[in-house]
Amino acid sequence: MEEVKVVSMPRIGDLAPSFEAQTTMGPIKFPDDFKGQWVVLFSHPADFTPVCTTEFMGFAKLNSEFQKRNVQLIGLSIDNIFSHIAWVMNIKEKTGVEIPFPIIADVDGKVAQLFGMLHPGESSTVTVRAVFIIDPNAKIRAIIYYPLSAGRNMKEILRLVDALQTADKYQVATPADWVPEPQTWEFTEENTKVIVPPPTSYEEAVKRLKEGYECVDWYFCKKKLG
Amino acid sequence: MSNGCVSPDGRLSERAIELLKLLKEKGRLKDTEVAEYAQRPLFQVRSSLRELMNAGFLKVEGEHYLLTEKAEEALSKA
Repeated sequence: MEEVKVVSMPRIGDLAPSFEAQTTMGPIKFPDDFKGQWVVLFSHPADFTPVCTTEFMGFAKLNSEFQKRNVQLIGLSIDNIFSHIAWVMNIKEKTGVEIPFPIIADVDGKVAQLFGMLHPGESSTVTVRAVFIIDPNAKIRAIIYYPLSAGRNMKEILRLVDALQTADKYQVATPADWVPEPQTWEFTEENTKVIVPPPTSYEEAVKRLKEGYECVDWYFCKKKLG
Repeated sequence: MSNGCVSPDGRLSERAIELLKLLKEKGRLKDTEVAEYAQRPLFQVRSSLRELMNAGFLKVEGEHYLLTEKAEEALSKA
């Protein structure tokens, strides 16, 4: 019988693993530096990839809402600090969006391993789209995993933070589709567009910008289906 | 791991000087107060304060950070 290797992964209710890491905003010691704050720690597969770029822009747009809720966002991928810095600068240059939260440079994948962000069935080299919501006592309160191909809904993550904080404050539970107040979250034409897989050679990259797609940069182009 | 506050040869960065000047002006502050006055994220302030403390520029009394003589001397030359 084939031996199944069981990898221990943090679960809801566990204390979040401790670690030290280099980020785009300096070194961090987790959880010490975040004592008293909620943390949304999220991984993305790689810098300079289109779906991740849309997610980072989404998180940046909602950063002030997270801050109002005493939540610190922290990104992570298995990339080095120079790649992170170049990517953040590229996003600012091409879209005008500033990334206002730190991104962990987890080159050796140590933090990703600690949190179970590497799912070999999906990819053994890049992290899946994991989200850990961690409370001010460093306890993991919620975990979400998305595959590489599907971008997350940042408003759902914010809604989940609201639900957890409301449950704590009022000793209640929240039903399906609960929201703290009527929302005006609208989906627009923009939300219907899909990502064109990025080029994987220099030649394709040069051609990409002339192929008629809606491009932010050579690695980040969208199109409408149909 | 350096936060860019103190270089390997002991020189202070602009951010370090900014935080030390703030503490000199206010006297003694908690990390949350430093973050508020400096308008920097709390995690970044905590990391910087730790580095400055390890390098001997700050000391802690309870929850408050204070300058050391080494910091006073460094500021007088800054």
